[in-house]
Amino acid sequence: MTDAIEIAAQVRSGAVTAVDVVEQHLAAIAKREPEIHAFNLVLAEEARGRAHELDAMVAAGRDPGPLAGVPIALKDNMCTRGVPTTCSSKILAGWKPPYDATVVSKLAAAGAVVIGKTNLDEFAMGSSTENSAFGPTRNPHDITRVPGGSSGGSAAAVSAGFASLGLGSDTGGSIRQPAALCGVVGVKPTYGYVSRYGLIAFASSLDQIGPFANSVADAALLLDVIGGHDPLDSTSIPLTHPALVDVVGQGAEGLRVGRITDLPAGADPDVTERLELAFEALRAAGATIVDVQVPAFEFGLTAYYLIGPAEASSNLARYDGVRYGLRVDAVDTNAMYGVTRAAGFGAEVKRRIMLGTYALSAGYYDAYYGKALKVRRLIHDEFERAYQRADVLLTPTSPSVAFPFGAKGDNPLAMYLCDVYTIPANLTGHPGMSVPFGTGAAGLPVGVQVLAGTLREPQMFRAAAALERAVS
Amino acid sequence: MSDRISAETVAKVARLARLDLTPEEIERTTAQLDGMLEHFADIDTLQLDDVVPMTQPYPLENVFRDDVIVAGLDRDEVLAMAPVVEDGRFRVPPIIGLDA
Repeated sequence: MTDAIEIAAQVRSGAVTAVDVVEQHLAAIAKREPEIHAFNLVLAEEARGRAHELDAMVAAGRDPGPLAGVPIALKDNMCTRGVPTTCSSKILAGWKPPYDATVVSKLAAAGAVVIGKTNLDEFAMGSSTENSAFGPTRNPHDITRVPGGSSGGSAAAVSAGFASLGLGSDTGGSIRQPAALCGVVGVKPTYGYVSRYGLIAFASSLDQIGPFANSVADAALLLDVIGGHDPLDSTSIPLTHPALVDVVGQGAEGLRVGRITDLPAGADPDVTERLELAFEALRAAGATIVDVQVPAFEFGLTAYYLIGPAEASSNLARYDGVRYGLRVDAVDTNAMYGVTRAAGFGAEVKRRIMLGTYALSAGYYDAYYGKALKVRRLIHDEFERAYQRADVLLTPTSPSVAFPFGAKGDNPLAMYLCDVYTIPANLTGHPGMSVPFGTGAAGLPVGVQVLAGTLREPQMFRAAAALERAVS
Repeated sequence: MSDRISAETVAKVARLARLDLTPEEIERTTAQLDGMLEHFADIDTLQLDDVVPMTQPYPLENVFRDDVIVAGLDRDEVLAMAPVVEDGRFRVPPIIGLDA
């Protein structure tokens, strides 16, 4: 039993116990985790203890909540009080947060069972999970290939049946791209839909937490639990969101589905073939296909790789060896900062701190960061115009299926190009999700990306559910 | 070797970022940043004079709350995670430059 909706229904009714559900998932972990390495930490005893509590609640006639007994994998950049949270970085190895992220508190209140903390590219910087200080995660569909990233651990955990649900964070595609490569559903909600309190910051104007799931309905269930305003995050939207579990069955009839006629080239033929079939499937389901243009789409990559590192260079200034994490001693504090950060950060994190510091430094600010912010506006306004004509847009999630380890070599730009189709939604703040839509080269999963306007999650989930029905 | 960015600039940026990079790292970073900046020049073709910069997806408003005392983080729990602590405070090496 892997579907979250089914698990929660059965645990709430007492038909199965949360303990049995947890044991089933721990057995799957015992069998395949040594080759997959989805987790930085498996919380077996904590999960068993929590399951016993939930079963006791059911026995006493109390309802544990909409995620009763559902095992969930948390990306290891979300704070869990007293439980190590590393961001897959040596600089935070061993750190135990003194507080819970808001999403963690909400999961607990909904009856979910956290089964482990999952691997990621260090500080969520990467598209393959190869940048983890604790070694890469392998794709459950082919262990010679990457799971995508940066939330590769959560995507692999859900794909391999280690957890029914997962949480990731998406700054430039870090939920959607690994979801596509691992054959699961991954959602980046509208910026501000989910509280970022307790999510360790990468790029604060782009970061957003979202679900991984085996089905669109399960993703809706999880997003309904974690969404909503949080006084602890001043960027969270002060609105009550409609229940998405109620819309997934509504069908795609009447939806206006946009095709971006000037979409940047570069996707492999097996991926574009599946995208064409996705348009056909939605047309067959009663949607109308309309052409839209987003001429600045292709400039998203440049804007993103200036804005993201600029914000990261500021956010990561806090790792200074003073209040938490690694310290390497030196003669004075300034020297201590330099050697601590050199020892604690990996190559990709250093590269982005350097790029961001450069883009923000005197003499270069206007040429790089300032210009990138203008490109961001341009892209935003073009998408807003497209969403006047279309409810949702379809694109590939990733230009290719999962690639072999080391395929992008030491060329950072080649890796950055993995994000070309996912980046714009982070720049604009619009929601986007990846839905598995058949297979491509080598029989590996292909994802189709559904994009929508601000707070148009209901339309996005309707389209995604229609795609899911078309391939199942 | 590099047109857009020099090793001297990279070394200066590393100092600003408080990252002690090795000479090999400086050299590699210079080449990699140069390649990226070459790609990033694609936005130089855009006409951006009248475009208003966008710093975040939504206009933010300042948020106020009532001035009432609420519980903060547990002091001992926070200090327990620090590398070096003395008398309930974070301890750091001398802050007046020895490596000025």
